[in-house]
Amino acid sequence: MTTATTHDTHHEEHRRGLMRWITTTNHKDIGTLYLLLSLLMFMVGGAMAMVIRAELFEPGLQFVEPQFFNSMTTMHALIMIFGAVMPAFVGLANWLIPMMIGAPDMALPRLNNWSFWILPFAFTILLSTLFMDGGAPAGGWTMYPPLVMQTGNAFPFLIFAVHLMGISSIMGAINVIVTIVNMRAPGMTMMKMPLFVWTWLITAYLLIATMPVLAGAVTMLLTDRFFDTSFFNAAGGGDPVMYQHIFWFFGHPEVYILILPAFGIVSQIIPTFSRKPLFGYSSMVYATASIAFLSFIVWAHHMFTVGMPLTGELFFMYATMLIAVPTGVKVFNWVSTMWRGAMTFETPMLFALGFVVMFTIGGFSGLMLAMAPVDFQYHDTYFVVAHFHYVLVTGAVFAIMGATYFWLPKWTGHMYNEKLGKLHFWLSTISVNVLFFPQHFLGLAGMPRRIPDYSVQFAGFNEISSIGGFAFGLTQLLFVYIVFKTIAGGEKATDQVWEGAYGLEWTLSSPPPYHSFSIAPDVK
Amino acid sequence: MSRNLQEAKRRTLRHTLLIVGLMSLFVFALVPLYGVLCDVTGLNGKPRNAPQRTVDISPDTSRTVTVEFLASVNESMPWDFRPSVARMTVHPGQVRQTSFVARNRSAHAMVGQAIPSVSPGLAALHFKKTECFCFTEQKFISGEEREMPLVFMVDKDLPEHISTVTLAYTFFDKQKVVD
Repeated sequence: MTTATTHDTHHEEHRRGLMRWITTTNHKDIGTLYLLLSLLMFMVGGAMAMVIRAELFEPGLQFVEPQFFNSMTTMHALIMIFGAVMPAFVGLANWLIPMMIGAPDMALPRLNNWSFWILPFAFTILLSTLFMDGGAPAGGWTMYPPLVMQTGNAFPFLIFAVHLMGISSIMGAINVIVTIVNMRAPGMTMMKMPLFVWTWLITAYLLIATMPVLAGAVTMLLTDRFFDTSFFNAAGGGDPVMYQHIFWFFGHPEVYILILPAFGIVSQIIPTFSRKPLFGYSSMVYATASIAFLSFIVWAHHMFTVGMPLTGELFFMYATMLIAVPTGVKVFNWVSTMWRGAMTFETPMLFALGFVVMFTIGGFSGLMLAMAPVDFQYHDTYFVVAHFHYVLVTGAVFAIMGATYFWLPKWTGHMYNEKLGKLHFWLSTISVNVLFFPQHFLGLAGMPRRIPDYSVQFAGFNEISSIGGFAFGLTQLLFVYIVFKTIAGGEKATDQVWEGAYGLEWTLSSPPPYHSFSIAPDVK
Repeated sequence: MSRNLQEAKRRTLRHTLLIVGLMSLFVFALVPLYGVLCDVTGLNGKPRNAPQRTVDISPDTSRTVTVEFLASVNESMPWDFRPSVARMTVHPGQVRQTSFVARNRSAHAMVGQAIPSVSPGLAALHFKKTECFCFTEQKFISGEEREMPLVFMVDKDLPEHISTVTLAYTFFDKQKVVD
């Protein structure tokens, strides 16, 4: 009760203007900041992708130097992973977790402010490397030594930017865990939590377990370069392959960090528009936890070609294929949820359905890559590029866009333009397949990734892929327009917004009050 | 109520920070662990860089193994480096001797260190050196050329399917590493 009264006295007393956003500790404000940063980074990373696709439109060197091209691929990945997808999920967590579990705010509001405001500095540092002597990092986002050691003045900036992103993610994850463990409304037991909250809890544990590993790996790179250590330097008795092991020990859980919250989002959207509760709730929870556990023992499938003994290859191959089981459980649960449901196809549902279909395509190409003997052919080709773009663009990004359409009316109090939303979905879905599907064929035919020029035999599919790329890029401007149009105004949204919506966040007004659930709700 | 909540939050905060702390230690512990694992299993083709005793020296004449020698220098190190013979045919269990020749082309004295690598990686455990120039740093004055001995044995436990073992040396400029 005491907290409730303090909050009431604070009510509407928050600062106005710029200082409100800099000093805010309100979970809704911070969620908004994260989401806007993510949208900005999505556009920046997208612009880099446009440079890549323009250069690859036809064979030969057209627009950019090979070094700059490699900077584009490297920076595109870093910006999209750490700048677009991860902050988008943290933003959604900030907005939604307190409203979903009936908490007044995140558990550690000041930490929350800090974890956001580190990010603009991290990305300023990272993007500033584009203007440095020696250019931006160009050795790939995986930062493998010895190649990454050839980075010019940008090198320490790259490392410190990664450190800052890591610190921000760790703080965000700690906040999520402390909130979910301690701040649930009375009656909100663990097994009653919405699946988005569950997937985020598990993601947060993955984050605090793996971000220190990435920080350690890049710190070793830093000391190898500047302080004469030889962690990865063969001349001093080190081993560059060890970097790959450490990196992917972080890197594989990281790819689940990028997809588990998307699973949560889809598990919220599909029951709403099927007007049925989620099929197999508890199996969804256990499947998520299994995926998280398995993610720690499959890392070497990223490095089948480094020369491992047969037993090693077999272990990592089987362990990787095992992940298909809990993932399959999820896909079947989503399909079963829709089975005989009274389905309608508003924009969020379209994105969720697109997610289920196209994420599964990415999952299947993942299974192909998991087979050690065939991976020797696919390794570092466009097949890999096609695979991870199916799981990350039509997977993670589609889920984030679905979430935006789903909760935007709740956040802003305005309905978005349904016609434009559907247009955005269909244009995105068609163009993204034109963009990435031909890359499977390019990869199978042997086109290597991370190259600015290619043999003429690959010209046809690259041309198609680039056309799809430009169309997908342009379509996202429509998304930006729809979002800002909805923030500015529009048809008034009801509190429940969607007919089939279920959960605490839908009991609040649209938009919700600045301080919601100051008095904990009763959960039946 | 709110006091209990504060205490509960602190408890969760402590356990999450503990995980972060332990994982930070773990990543640095991985470095020696990785070294030990590779030493024990010979997985990364990194042979032991210290003299090894050869206990059983009766050669298995029923089997022959080709040993190939490669020599290279790292980056732009101004040395010439080559094996005296490119390949030898040996019996497992037989102690053999060969040599490598290096020359310092630069105008000043330099210290180098040769780092061996064996492929296929699984053969590394079975390639034993009793004497090698790679055990110590090699100092060469300007223009000096020297033949450096290597005494080795391929042991009899070498897996049956391996018939060729490649030993590659890379000379590293020790000063550059130290500077």
